[in-house]
Amino acid sequence: MKQLRSFIAKEFKHIFRDVPTMLILFIMPVAMMFLFGYALSNDIKHSSYGIVDMSHDSFSRDFMHKVENSEFFRLHKEYASISEVMSAFRKGEIQVAVIIPANFKQDMLHLNRSALQIYADASNPNMAQQLVSYLGSFCNQALAQSKEFSAQSQSSDLVRMHLLYNPQMNSSYSMVPAVMGLILALVCAMMTSVSIVREKERGTMELLLASPIKTIYIIIAKLSPYFMLSCINFVTILIVGHFVMGVPVNGSLFWIAALGLIYIIVSLSFGLLVSTVVQSQLAALLISGMVFMMPSMILSGMMFPLENMPLLLQFISVITPARWFIGTMSKLMIMGVEVKYILKEMGVLLIMATGLIIISLKNFKQRL
Amino acid sequence: MENDNVIIVRHLSKHFGNFKAVDNISFEVKKGEVFGFLGANGAGKTTAMKMLCALSKPTSGSAFVAGYDISTNPNKIKARIGYMSQKFSLYEDLSVFENIKLFGGIYGMKRKDIENNANILLERLEMTEERNTMVKSLPLGWKQKLAFSVAVFHQPQIVFLDEPTGGVDPITRRRFWEMICETAATGITVFVTTHYMDEAEYCNRVSLMVDGQIAALDTPNALKTQFNVQSMEEVFFQIAGKAKRGEGL
Repeated sequence: MKQLRSFIAKEFKHIFRDVPTMLILFIMPVAMMFLFGYALSNDIKHSSYGIVDMSHDSFSRDFMHKVENSEFFRLHKEYASISEVMSAFRKGEIQVAVIIPANFKQDMLHLNRSALQIYADASNPNMAQQLVSYLGSFCNQALAQSKEFSAQSQSSDLVRMHLLYNPQMNSSYSMVPAVMGLILALVCAMMTSVSIVREKERGTMELLLASPIKTIYIIIAKLSPYFMLSCINFVTILIVGHFVMGVPVNGSLFWIAALGLIYIIVSLSFGLLVSTVVQSQLAALLISGMVFMMPSMILSGMMFPLENMPLLLQFISVITPARWFIGTMSKLMIMGVEVKYILKEMGVLLIMATGLIIISLKNFKQRL
Repeated sequence: MENDNVIIVRHLSKHFGNFKAVDNISFEVKKGEVFGFLGANGAGKTTAMKMLCALSKPTSGSAFVAGYDISTNPNKIKARIGYMSQKFSLYEDLSVFENIKLFGGIYGMKRKDIENNANILLERLEMTEERNTMVKSLPLGWKQKLAFSVAVFHQPQIVFLDEPTGGVDPITRRRFWEMICETAATGITVFVTTHYMDEAEYCNRVSLMVDGQIAALDTPNALKTQFNVQSMEEVFFQIAGKAKRGEGL
């Protein structure tokens, strides 16, 4: 035990004396959260829209006011014709436009045969979809509120959208679990593998192996500081996410912590596995970056929907731990589901952890 | 088993596939001896030494180190030997004393003993003032002396040195060998690999490995007489000249 203690103390000294690493460890999580939360947001907030009013009556004016009061859209200009709107799209002045056709009110009330038109710039499809669906539902609401249509809209409004759990489509909601997945992968897998391989590269690992210290002690000592740092990062992300960015924490804290812990263990054992396979720090960095971090970003469903991917990529995503972690974490945090709904994901992560630990322990003894 | 043989090697071999890195070697090393393990690069020195340090398992044959079988009692051996690897290897971002303390702790020394012995050691190395200096800021010669001192700090029965003087200037090398001889005088057996033939002159006995086998084993003087030459260098050229394996294998 004394051996182990002095050994763990040494590992902490390595980290605390390495200022750049320390900075990465503590500033990166917060920086990434703000980056993904604000700068790289998919939100449609403050999109510019244009409007064409061909009706020119009290209803259309009233309706335009309502849209203007929405915090999501900013009126760029009122255009006189559809062709002006089209040139505004080309100039990049607006992302979406609403057109109120001539005699909209009359046609609607008497013939029940008119419609508002929404145009959107779909060169960015995701954005366009969000704009159209949000503006569409907003227009429906505005119509329903106006007294002329209140009776009408009850019957004509066939589709009603309900955006559950995150009605404002705030992208920071999904970002917090995603950043957790990335940061933990980085700290655990990357840093751990690099720190073990560094000892191989410098020759100190040989010294340790020639000493009577047990291999398992070496492993525990190498992993424990990164385990602690990951836990600290995990808690930091939760706190910043909840109190600064206002992301709800609806599920039980116990299970959130349990899920985080399992994922940390998976990532740590992956880092350990990498360190048994490679001989240089650079290779460790590349492998944990390519094999762990990249799939965590691309194949976890965080950036791109998994359902649209080719089968091969879907298969790879199944063996990506982050895929099981990020989605599950957002279920827990934002939907606040009970644990019985995430048992499968937890199970998969547990199996991954066990498998990785067994393989890497076996490898560690053989290779070094 | 004679009592004064601390290393006994019998028909030891290590194969990697078809490649016989170490091919059926046998020898003994006496207590307190400085035993030089010479050979060209790729002759199998390091592989043989790793087996003796219980770092890798032999393909066949047996060896006893400090009275224990390398195949069945690796941990008993590891506790009784010291090891200094080819690369200079202490922790660069730990201070001089922290390195000593760490390895003392790993070898199960008591805190008080570590403290006392470290002070004596630093005084002898004239490094008392560098006690809290980070190892990375020491000159290479000092690092090497420190690495050696750390390897024998826990008073092992045998210390294994794998090419300890690579990349060091001649004066530092001479000093280093003085340290080795002082250590041997205290009863610690020194097993050292090198390819500097002038260093072989410091050894009590040397073995010369060629192609995984021991081609010659005797005192430096006896070898020089046997081959009728003036220096170990010439002995080496005569023996190693017959090698079939190329450099760097």
